[in-house]
Amino acid sequence: MAKSQTSDAQLVNMYISGDENALATLVERHQSRIYGFIYSKVGDRDKTDDFFQETFIKVIKTIKSKEYYNEKGKFLPWVMRIANNLIVDSYRKDSKIRMYRDTEEFPIVSMIKDTTPSIEADMICDQINTDMLKVIELLPDDQKQVLMMRYFQDMTFKEISEVTNVSMNTSLGRMRYAINNMRKIIEKNQIYLSI
Amino acid sequence: MAKLYSKKRLASSKMLPKKETINFILQYSKALRIVKFGNMNFETIAN
Repeated sequence: MAKSQTSDAQLVNMYISGDENALATLVERHQSRIYGFIYSKVGDRDKTDDFFQETFIKVIKTIKSKEYYNEKGKFLPWVMRIANNLIVDSYRKDSKIRMYRDTEEFPIVSMIKDTTPSIEADMICDQINTDMLKVIELLPDDQKQVLMMRYFQDMTFKEISEVTNVSMNTSLGRMRYAINNMRKIIEKNQIYLSI
Repeated sequence: MAKLYSKKRLASSKMLPKKETINFILQYSKALRIVKFGNMNFETIAN
């Protein structure tokens, strides 16, 4: 059977049995999504490579020590959860989590105000993108996480609920609140989001 | 569904780890042996 058609669960079992190529296939199959997932959280290529490496070291150790594999557990959400935990632990340790709150020292309006209304259409598009990202940054972490995973990582709500360890309804609710809050922020600050 | 104003390209462009990173992971996997003894795991890295 070609490795490309083999399921993740089968590949993990092959890896447990000593087939190192199975791991290579798993890495190749999921590297883009895992790497993108990590990058969306740390925003730095070198750090992303470090976390990607640490994540797979943890995966290898866990599988080789036979603490895994639960057939119910899906490989990709499991790896993403490991990556997520490593990132959270690392930032918690360094106390370097960037906090954005709507305070007087950090007024939303000055952050997202478009001061160049007469630029060309593509430049306006870029500005809108920047504004949207800033609006997203102002959302509570749980809502921001769901929104980023859904729209920037193309993950399904099922995958999101597995990675974040909450029910699918909670993920859907968070997305709804995220969209509503973004609307409120946009309305409150009269952000102009069209060309 | 609300209209999306952000461009997909911001994060959906394919991002891949460095080749060195992948090679390290695969080599590490080949070199690592874990022996279980009671509640303890012993890790050995073959050079």
